[in-house]
Amino acid sequence: MNEITPASIGLSREDLPNSYIGRSVPRPNAPKLVQGRATYTDDVVLPRMVHAAFLRSPHAHARIGAIDTSAAEAVPGVIRVFTGADLAKVCDPWVATLDHLKGMKSAPQHPLPLTRATWQGEPIVAVVAETRAAAEDGVAALRIEFEPLPAQTDMETALAPGAVVIHPELGDNLVFTRTAETGDVAGAFAAAHKVVEAGFVTGRHTGVTLEPRSIIADYNRADGTLTVHHSTQAPHMMQGVFAKHLRMEEGDVRVICKDVGGSFGIKVHVYPDEVAVAAMARILGRPVKFIADRFEAFASDIHARDHRIKARLAVDTEGKVLAFDVDDLTGIGPYSVYPRTSAIEGNQVVNLCGGPYDFKNYRCTTTVVLQNKAPTCQYRAVGHPIATAVTEGLMDLAAEALGMDPIEIRRRNLIRDDAYPYTSPPGMRFEGLSHHASLEKLLEMVPVAKIRADQEEARKRGVYRGLGFAAFIELTNPSPFMYGIGGARISAQDGCTVRMDPDGSIVASSGVTEQGQGTEAILAQIVAHGVGVPVSRVKIITGDTQTTPYGGGTWACRGAGIGGEAALQSAIALKQQILEVAGAMLQAAPESLDISMGHVTDKATGAERMTLHELGRIVYFRGDTLPKDLQRELVQTRHFITKEYPFAFTNGIQASWVEVDPMTGMVKLLEHWCVEDCGRVVNPMLVDEQVRGGIVQGIGGALYEHCVYDSEGNLLTTTLADYLVPMSAEMPEMHVGHVETPTRESLLGAKGAGEAGTAGAPGAIMNAINDALRPLNARVHEQPFTPERILRALGAIA
Amino acid sequence: MITLTVNGERVTRHVEPRRHLIDFLRLDLGLTGSHAGCEHGVCGACTVRVDGEIVRGCLVLAASLDGAEVVTIEGLSDSGEVADLQANFVARNAAQCGFCTPGMIMTAADILAHAKEAGGGTPSRAEIREHLSGNYCRCTGYQAIVDAVEDTLKARAEHA
Ligand code: FES
Ligand code: FES
Repeated sequence: MNEITPASIGLSREDLPNSYIGRSVPRPNAPKLVQGRATYTDDVVLPRMVHAAFLRSPHAHARIGAIDTSAAEAVPGVIRVFTGADLAKVCDPWVATLDHLKGMKSAPQHPLPLTRATWQGEPIVAVVAETRAAAEDGVAALRIEFEPLPAQTDMETALAPGAVVIHPELGDNLVFTRTAETGDVAGAFAAAHKVVEAGFVTGRHTGVTLEPRSIIADYNRADGTLTVHHSTQAPHMMQGVFAKHLRMEEGDVRVICKDVGGSFGIKVHVYPDEVAVAAMARILGRPVKFIADRFEAFASDIHARDHRIKARLAVDTEGKVLAFDVDDLTGIGPYSVYPRTSAIEGNQVVNLCGGPYDFKNYRCTTTVVLQNKAPTCQYRAVGHPIATAVTEGLMDLAAEALGMDPIEIRRRNLIRDDAYPYTSPPGMRFEGLSHHASLEKLLEMVPVAKIRADQEEARKRGVYRGLGFAAFIELTNPSPFMYGIGGARISAQDGCTVRMDPDGSIVASSGVTEQGQGTEAILAQIVAHGVGVPVSRVKIITGDTQTTPYGGGTWACRGAGIGGEAALQSAIALKQQILEVAGAMLQAAPESLDISMGHVTDKATGAERMTLHELGRIVYFRGDTLPKDLQRELVQTRHFITKEYPFAFTNGIQASWVEVDPMTGMVKLLEHWCVEDCGRVVNPMLVDEQVRGGIVQGIGGALYEHCVYDSEGNLLTTTLADYLVPMSAEMPEMHVGHVETPTRESLLGAKGAGEAGTAGAPGAIMNAINDALRPLNARVHEQPFTPERILRALGAIA
Repeated sequence: MITLTVNGERVTRHVEPRRHLIDFLRLDLGLTGSHAGCEHGVCGACTVRVDGEIVRGCLVLAASLDGAEVVTIEGLSDSGEVADLQANFVARNAAQCGFCTPGMIMTAADILAHAKEAGGGTPSRAEIREHLSGNYCRCTGYQAIVDAVEDTLKARAEHA
């Protein structure tokens, strides 16, 4: 066979009839979504299924005393009540640390705690009943003696003398700390022309998947298997977790996830209530369903981004960045979350601050501490929006101090497009980024001169508008350096099996999963392109550990870059196999043949030689007519993992145009732009919508979303009326542009695109608000930028 | 015991007083197209049509619906009333995870119905956003949804 290159397989060439890569093909699974015929976990009903509800801790920290279950057991429909001790008999606890995060520690966590509740909302006792309503009645009838303990809620005092040590066996509340330091930071600050500094806060928020966490666990006593229907992003990881902690063989556990109603990183973690459901199914020998309600989602889905950062930036007279000095503190709740750990977010802040810029001197520390609030862990664009807001906030302060245009200071400092490969001060290796091309593209889209004129004119009328920018980098396509080297059983490799059936149709099963981002659509495009068939002839199977190749699922933007490459490689292998068989049938050299739109063709002339349908008929039903020694497996599997770089970094830049009302402190979003470079774009329409959806989640964190606790650790935002999320009327029109720098790690060249919007939006909005407030001498750096905070910055309220 | 019409079919069921419409549809009738996202009337995932008006299925008690006419996403799809809107949702990728989508379609169908009643005149994008502002979508950024609704309104206005 000839050497296969991106050019030889026609990537991004729309002139070929079945060139699907780079085309906005609609998603094959969309019609069922718009007709209400999808199958989410809660839609699955199994024979003899029972329902679980949990009594959750009303206290942030309390000793669990006597548990009286008798009244609950007497409630009609209640089948059984389970305590922590009951589940500990069949389920081993877990400790969420990673070996490569030096010195990291955390405490063992059980599905239901044995002695102490450590956050408000923690599941304490489970009731299983014939219906969810009966299970809730049972929960209401439980009598538990809680002895409230002092709670450590404030992360600033978590390490101070006298702090409540949440797990005494750990000695203190320090989970992890890391400092990255390169160059001469002190010297650079001493020699600087200007030094700017600020304190940044990012508000604790959460994912608010519209479909709450959902699980049905079904233990079959006859064959000793556990089948779990689960709204998860990582079915193979969960298979391993259930097997390990329930003391089963991995092969006896099957995890199925059909449609998943949003995930964003929320559904990639191990939740104690979900493990409890599996343990209860194991004990009961029948299917147990648990669907979190909205209150449970707010109180026990992972939260994220609870950070306070002090940061300084030194620049010279030309506006050249000399040094960053960043000190990050984050509170993660009472346990590090299994198995990814809650130290990764702070670690990413260290890795990503200053990311787009070319400078030498860097110091960044993260300190990760325990507190009695809901656990935090990885949520869309882990650490990125924090690092971007800090970096870009400082860049704007520096520009202001120098009297320089914010675009100009960025242009002077962004890493040059021809500087790659490049290693950043905290040690991140970049294969190829396009900051300057992205900035130029953005400036083609944003009418800066018009906006500035409008801004001037509006100010005269007492209307305050601002334009803000934020450049960012995004980590995608993670290798084993993300989790594997730390000892977590989370696959960085993914596989795809592609087969041709007798009618010439293609079925591909993949280890990556679909949560609405369009994985199945892009896999179908890639396979159709790779084999040479119409995309309508390809069926994709995902989300079942028993029928798909082992893989990591969906996280850290790996679907297209890892899963997509495995699909492409397996499709190409299948095509070669088909051509071998076709060559034997047609008495032609396989190299002289090709496949196009479901036909075997003559490569030189394009003339059709036979249909795949006919080839399939002969292979499967008339194999007697083929040469005896002909290999005729029309099924191929390939796996892919990146080799050269631990991550494929992407980049981009956003701009936000806002209006701030100084009377009310309200921010109105006028327009938003994002240019991002995710390497090869497989389906532009899907990428655009990923970026827009990501921007809106970033807007949520910047302006509305906040998990608010009082000083005792009571969660005050437990409904969608208290916890604000972006809705259609407040959202601006969003314009998305692309620059394509394919990664050379793979033939496909795709990097991830799902987190770019979230990574950059809060920084851009912050800078836009501060640009609007500049004539009023006010500034905000604490997210969310609520009317109250803005009015306080204006001095309008105390 | 209540008797009502759901998607054109007469159904008679015994319902507990506390059962709300969304649970009645999903659990008693197996109509799983409508979803519960919040169960307190904020997200709109449970939107269905009762006697011609859209309501939140989580705020209506099934027991109060004796004699009512209910249409869910399944019925709306089967009748073909919004086939063009659904096709535009697919064409624009106005659904990602799809959990909000049935509720969105019900609300968007309401926009189309009202636009027709108002006699032509295509609502602006701002008006479409306003009308959809009770339906929460975490995935799409809303823009593609507004595009899909706008495309449908324009096409219908042209063919009117
Ligand atoms: S479930 Fe009814 S509005 Fe959210
Ligand atoms: S498509 Fe996921 S919530 Fe709207």
